[in-house]
Amino acid sequence: MAEIKNYTLNFGPQHPAAHGVLRLVLELDGEVVERADPHIGLLHRGTEKLAENRTFLQALPYMDRLDYLSMMMNEHAYCLAVEKLLQVEVPVRGQYIRVLFDEITRLLNHLLWLGTHGLDVGAMTIFLYTFREREDLLDMYEAVSGARMHAAYYRPGGVYRDLPDSMPMYEAGKYKSAADLKRLNANRSGSLLDFIEDFTNRFPKCVDDYETLLTDNRIWKQRTVGIGVVDADRAKQLGFTGPMLRGSGVVWDLRRTQPYEVYDRLDFEIPVGKNGDCYDRYLVRMEEMRQSNRIIRQCVDWLKANPGPVITGDHKVAPPSRAAMKNNMEELIHHFKLFTEGMHVPAGEAYAAIEQAKGEFGVYLISDGANKPYRMKLRSSGFAHLSAMDEMARGLMIADVVAIIGTIDIVFGDIDR
Amino acid sequence: MEWFQELLGPAWLPVWTLVKIIVIVLPLLIAVAYLTYAERKIIGYMQIRIGPNRVGFFGYRLVGLGQPIADAVKLMTKEILLPTGANKSLFLVGPVLAIAPALAAWAVVPFTDHLVLANVNASLLYIMAITSMGVYGVVVAGWASNSKYALLGALRSAAQIVSYEIAMGFALVGVLMSAQSLNLVEIVQHQSGGFWQWYWLPLFPLFIVYLIAGVAETNRAPFDVAEGESEIVAGFHVDYSGMAFAVFFLAEYANMILVAALTSILFLGGWLSPVPFLPDGFFWIAAKISFVLFLFLWFRATFPRYRYDQIMRLGWKVFIPVTLVWILVVGAFMQTPLGYLFH
Repeated sequence: MAEIKNYTLNFGPQHPAAHGVLRLVLELDGEVVERADPHIGLLHRGTEKLAENRTFLQALPYMDRLDYLSMMMNEHAYCLAVEKLLQVEVPVRGQYIRVLFDEITRLLNHLLWLGTHGLDVGAMTIFLYTFREREDLLDMYEAVSGARMHAAYYRPGGVYRDLPDSMPMYEAGKYKSAADLKRLNANRSGSLLDFIEDFTNRFPKCVDDYETLLTDNRIWKQRTVGIGVVDADRAKQLGFTGPMLRGSGVVWDLRRTQPYEVYDRLDFEIPVGKNGDCYDRYLVRMEEMRQSNRIIRQCVDWLKANPGPVITGDHKVAPPSRAAMKNNMEELIHHFKLFTEGMHVPAGEAYAAIEQAKGEFGVYLISDGANKPYRMKLRSSGFAHLSAMDEMARGLMIADVVAIIGTIDIVFGDIDR
Repeated sequence: MEWFQELLGPAWLPVWTLVKIIVIVLPLLIAVAYLTYAERKIIGYMQIRIGPNRVGFFGYRLVGLGQPIADAVKLMTKEILLPTGANKSLFLVGPVLAIAPALAAWAVVPFTDHLVLANVNASLLYIMAITSMGVYGVVVAGWASNSKYALLGALRSAAQIVSYEIAMGFALVGVLMSAQSLNLVEIVQHQSGGFWQWYWLPLFPLFIVYLIAGVAETNRAPFDVAEGESEIVAGFHVDYSGMAFAVFFLAEYANMILVAALTSILFLGGWLSPVPFLPDGFFWIAAKISFVLFLFLWFRATFPRYRYDQIMRLGWKVFIPVTLVWILVVGAFMQTPLGYLFH
C-alpha cells in the first residue's frame, strides 16, 4: 500500500483570515489539523530597542503602534511604568479620563474583534454593524487627541489635555442633504462628554442587535461551541490572560485584582466563562462590552461633575501652560528642558501592567537615571495566546483554525512588537 | 415567418432552435449580471451601506445600474493567468464544464404553458442529470490549478454536491409522485387552483429540503465551503483570473437562478397566479424566482458559514431521512381516500 503522507499547508501570511501577517504552517490529514505551527516576526519593528534611543516622551507614540487596536491602553501601561519610576501622582480627573478612554478603547477593540471573528466564521453582516459603532468611538478619539488611531493622548503624569467642550460637526457637502446633516449632527451639539453619554445610551441596544445575529444562531454555536477548548488549569499554565483566561472560568482581571487608577471606585462586573471554548470567550467579550459601557457611563457622570487638572503640576514631567511660560522664567526653562532633553527618570526598575482588551499588557522599564529608558520590555498577551495555537487547533479542522485565530483576537503589532 | 422558413429549407429547424436558445440565454446572462447588482444592493441595505451607486450610463448615475456592465468589461479585458504548475488544458476546460450545464438545464425550463424550448416528458430527469454535471467543472478546476487551497475546495465541493444531490433528488421524487409526471409543464398544471394548491403545502418538508439543498448545490452561503473566503481563500477558483473567473461566477449565478426557477416551478406553482381573479402568466414565475433569489441573498447576509463536516452531517443525517420519511408518508396517503390531499 502506498505510504500516506500528511499535507502541509502554508496558511498565510497572505490569507484573508491571517489577521495581518500570521504565518501558520498546518500539517493536515485531509482537513484535520495534525499540527499547527505559528511563525511570527513578520511585523517586528524593534519597538523595545527603539525606545532605548528615544526620550521617555518620544517612546510613547510607539505604544500606539503595538497593539494597534487598543492604542490608548498600551500608552496607559507605559505611562504607569514611567510614573512608578518618577513617583508622580496623576490628578483624579486625569485618572478618570484615562479609565474612560481605556474603556472606549476596550469597546473599539472588542467591536473590531467581533466583526472580524464573525467574518472569519462567515457571518459578514456583523462586521458592518460593529464598524458603525466604531465610527462614533473613533470620533471620540479624534475629538480628544486629533488622531483616530495613533492618539498619543496619555502622558506620564496624566493626559495631554482636558476633554473638549465641543464635538467636531459634519459639514455640508455635495452628497449630504440638509436632513442628513441634521441627523448626523444631532448628538454632536454638546461637549464630548455629552456625545459619549449619548453613545452609552445607545450602545446596549447595539450589543443586543449583535447578539440576536449570533448568540443563539445554530450555525454560530456549531462553529464555536467546543472549539479550541482550554481548561482553567491549562490556561493558567499557558500564561493566558484577559478574556482568554476568563473564558476558561478563572476570575482574574487586573482592574479588580490589582486596581489601578480609579477602577476600585467604579461599579462593574467581571464576566467569566465555563467551558473555555470559543463560544464562552465570545460571551465573555460580549458581556465585557456591556460592562465597559457601564464604566464609561460612570466616568462620564463623574467627569461632568468634577472639573480639575488632568495632568500633574510637576513641570519636570509635564509641560507648563503656555500662559505661565510667557510670564515666568522658571516655566520657560522647564518647557525648554522638557522638550529638548526630556524628563529624567530616577534610576530603578518598574513593571506596570494593565488589563488591556486582549489580556495583561505589561511594560517593564529599567532606568539608569538618564532621559531615556535603559531597557524596556513589553509583555503582550497575544504572544502567550498564539503559542497555544497548536494545542488548541490539534485534531480540529481548517475551518476551526480560523475560528480559533478569531477567538484569540490576534494582532501582530502586539506579538511581533 | 413562413416565407423565411421556405427560404432556409431544411436548415430552418437548427436556425430556429438557435434563435430560441439565444432568446433564452441572452436574457439569462443579463439576469445574471443584474443579479450580482441586486445582491450587492440588497445585502448593502441589510448591512446599512449603500452598495454600488456610481457607474451609470451616458453620464447619469442611475443608482449604479451600469456597475454589472462595467464589471463585465473589466473582467473580459483582464489577463487570464495560467499558473506554471497547472494542467493547462484542464485548467481552461474547468470553467467551461461549470457553465455548460448551468445554461443547458434551461432548455427544459418552462416559463408559461407554451413558452419552453423543449417540452420533453422526462424534463425533471434531464434537469437532475444536467445539474449534477456542474460539479465536474469545480473538481476539474480545483485539481488542474495545482494549488493546495484549490484542491481542498474541489474536494469539499465534490463531497458536498454528491450528498446534497441525493436529498434534492428525493425531494423531487415527492413532487413527481404528487404530479404523476416528470414533465415540468404538467407538474405546474397539476398545481392549478390557487395558492393553497401549490405543492409547497402538502410537500412542505420536501420544499424546505429542496430550497436548502439548492443553496448548498449552488455553493452559496452558508454552504459556501468550496469557496470559503476566510478558510481556503477562494477555494477552487483561487488561481483563476479575468474571464476564466468570470465564467465560474456566471455559472454560480446562473445556477442560482435555475434553482430558484425550479423551486418556483416544482413547489410554488410556476406561472400560476396565487389568486383566481388574476390571470396566470410569465409575471408570476418571474416574481416567484425573484422571491427565492431574495431568500438566497438574505441567507448570505444572515448566517455564518457551516463547517464542512457539519454540512455533511446535515445532508446525510437530517435531510435525507426527512425526505425519505415524507416520500413514505405521501406514498402511504396516496393509497387511502385522503390521497387527494397530495395531488
